Amino acid sequence: METIVNVPVLATNEEGYLKNYKDWTEQWAIDVAAGNGIQLTDKHFQVIRWLRQKQDEGVALTIRKVGHSGIVDIKQFYQLFPGGPLKLSSKIAGIPKPVSCI
Amino acid sequence: MIEIIETQETAAVPVTVKRESKPLKKILLICSKGTLEDVYAALVMTNGALMEGIEAKMFFTFFGLQAITKRGADNLHTATVGNPAFMPNMPTVVAGLPGFEAFASYMMKKEMDKLDIPPVTEFVQMIDAAGGEIYACKLAAEMFHLKKEDFLPEVKDIITVGDMYALADGDGSQIIFV
Repeated sequence: METIVNVPVLATNEEGYLKNYKDWTEQWAIDVAAGNGIQLTDKHFQVIRWLRQKQDEGVALTIRKVGHSGIVDIKQFYQLFPGGPLKLSSKIAGIPKPVSCI
Repeated sequence: MIEIIETQETAAVPVTVKRESKPLKKILLICSKGTLEDVYAALVMTNGALMEGIEAKMFFTFFGLQAITKRGADNLHTATVGNPAFMPNMPTVVAGLPGFEAFASYMMKKEMDKLDIPPVTEFVQMIDAAGGEIYACKLAAEMFHLKKEDFLPEVKDIITVGDMYALADGDGSQIIFV
């Protein structure tokens, strides 16, 4: 899978995750999402901001935690980021690839 | 995706053998056991598949049925007797004392909660919300006198073995038995 990212070019690892999550910009999120066939809405951004906030707090993320976030339930989460919701949303949010099995 | 797996040099003209790598598209998980660890293994693998965008279905049979009943789902136990990997130094006589299994199961659930592993009913809800489908075995349900209303609301149907195999149709499908 190839992700076409517009300017500015940010450093990513071989899987396309941002190397430094502090580099993240909204435009970068929009471009990465578009590369995965997703047009970001306000709801998407609410989830993305929540994910980034948890990253700041050092919380290891799971689908279950997202489901309890009060922003989306698990069904909506799968609808917003079809395919692999936790991985895809993490990539778009510029945070590292999740390592959880749940 | 095409990857080159080998080049045959024995032939007069080198022949490149190409094989298409086929990603896993669908899994059918059969859960035949009702102990805490077996049921969780099945649930974690199913949920993990859905998280990767793999279509997933579950079929519960025999004692596994217990895991999807309203009464049994959150009351599963781990076996403390006849389970050599569980506290290897624990004498069987002690492990078999009344209440020991309940205590061990309680401790295990507590540890799982720390890892954000949900109780069975919530796990089943998560799988259902993620598009996973859950079925009960007709023969086993009849054997244990269980009806549709005895099962969790997420259980889609009570089906035969033949119907179960139909769930695993199509390219890139695998069946996993627990």
